[in-house]
Amino acid sequence: MDKVRSSVYWEEKVAKVFLWASVVITLGALLAVIFHILQHGLMHVSWEFLTKEPRLMGKEGGIFPTIVSTVYLIAISLAIATPIGIMAAIQLTEYTQKGSLVKVIRFATETLAGIPSIIFGLFGFAFLVLFMGFSWSLLSGGLTLAFMVLPTIVRTSEEAIKSVPLSYREGSMALGATKWQTIWKIVLPSALPGIVTGVILSIGRVVGETAAVILTAGSSLNIPASVMDPARSMSVHLYILAMEGISMEKAYATATVLIILIFIINTLATRVMRRMSSNLIS
Amino acid sequence: MKKLHENIIEKLLLVSAVAAIFVVALITYFIFADGLPVIQKYGLAHFITGIDWHPLEGHFGLLPMIVGSFLVTLGALLIGVPLSVGCAIFLAEIAPKQVTGLVKPAIELLAGIPSVVYGFYGLVILVPFIREVFGGRGFSILSGSIVLAIMILPTIVNISEDAIRAVPKDYKEGSLALGATHWQTIKKVIVPSARSGILTAIVLGMGRAIGETMAVIMVVGNVSVLPESILDPVRTLTGNIAIEMSYAAGEHSQALFATGIVLFVIIMILNLLVTLVPKRVGE
Repeated sequence: MDKVRSSVYWEEKVAKVFLWASVVITLGALLAVIFHILQHGLMHVSWEFLTKEPRLMGKEGGIFPTIVSTVYLIAISLAIATPIGIMAAIQLTEYTQKGSLVKVIRFATETLAGIPSIIFGLFGFAFLVLFMGFSWSLLSGGLTLAFMVLPTIVRTSEEAIKSVPLSYREGSMALGATKWQTIWKIVLPSALPGIVTGVILSIGRVVGETAAVILTAGSSLNIPASVMDPARSMSVHLYILAMEGISMEKAYATATVLIILIFIINTLATRVMRRMSSNLIS
Repeated sequence: MKKLHENIIEKLLLVSAVAAIFVVALITYFIFADGLPVIQKYGLAHFITGIDWHPLEGHFGLLPMIVGSFLVTLGALLIGVPLSVGCAIFLAEIAPKQVTGLVKPAIELLAGIPSVVYGFYGLVILVPFIREVFGGRGFSILSGSIVLAIMILPTIVNISEDAIRAVPKDYKEGSLALGATHWQTIKKVIVPSARSGILTAIVLGMGRAIGETMAVIMVVGNVSVLPESILDPVRTLTGNIAIEMSYAAGEHSQALFATGIVLFVIIMILNLLVTLVPKRVGE
């Protein structure tokens, strides 16, 4: 009996040590990455680095054109994906919740979320760059990214809309508002923080995407003058700097800017999310 | 009662909802339209069993890349699954509230870090480290697996944790009331009940690993030869496309779309697996 007890006791101990260790290793590995990059990159990030144009393929100078291109890509992709994503979410939550069409839509959304970015890149290249004749451009890149973030926006908007209490809708309808008036004036404003969170997270995805952007927007280092110009995003710039061994110093600095940007984006997203939950409770 | 503009809006909503189907159809069409002709010309067997990739001479053997993708992913799962499932159990069952409050946002932040950043870290730290400790060139299956393992951690942790938290409290209380210890309860009751959710998490992590491109290219060496050990360099399906797409033309370009088809089919099978996994206990 004692033998059994002690083996149970030891198994308990060993298991808990393993669980603690897995958290420490997981966090440790992830934080090591961030820490290492900030440690080697932070000192090379300066105002000049952010606002000057690169010289010698990026070996010297700054990353200004890549920042401009990244902002363009964010603007184009979200201008397209946000309205479509929100409208799709309204349709799925407020109008048709069941039926075979909804099942197909959900399957398609999930499939879209699971398709690797390189496939989006191939598709963007074949469809937008060649077939539509948009060539390597911000437009091709932005549209490709719009397809990629669409599932994120649909899902987060759906969640946000679902979390609006039914009594809000009933109250509005009871006062004589039509269904659309209720959605537009009551449901959407209440769901807004959740929807905004989804949009902010999508910005993060756009900023970080590399494979699809390289195949559709190209890697030109000039400041784009229009959406039809080829361009290089920050992530693509980091990839090229590191892989072609152009400048490790600039690569660290670019990676640092990316990490800081993601940090800001995530903080914003959690802030907005918190406001949402406190709003609904009050 | 309904006004005209409401009718228009409702039509627009439906069109938007259908957009996802439309996009999936377009993607499928364009990948297959560009990749199928060359597969038909040389035969599927040439692609998936050939070990010789010399696209300019008409040799399109994708087996080294299929094996490469498979091994790198397998390695990532072997490293990443125990860690992340352990982490999820810890967060859901053991961690004090304050610890969860610290760990969760950290993991969410790390999920958002661009994959090139992980690849860059792999390139400057992991590859030299493996070269020095284990020998070889450092660009290897092992380094690819480690980088991917780090990248899939957040996905698996988040989804498994939700699954574990969704296990009804009574199950746990019943087990504890019968005299089981906390770990026995976790092992025999909680984890088995959350099995389908954890499985979904692993399959999604697997999809992410197979589909990852840039981070992998930066650390695996990209040689299209069948590897003999985990310290050998490999090339993945994703890497094959990304590396050669910029200069490929003609049949070479079509062969890269064919690579895309192989990847696409693998991902679709994984997606189907996810939908087949029962959502809740007992279903």
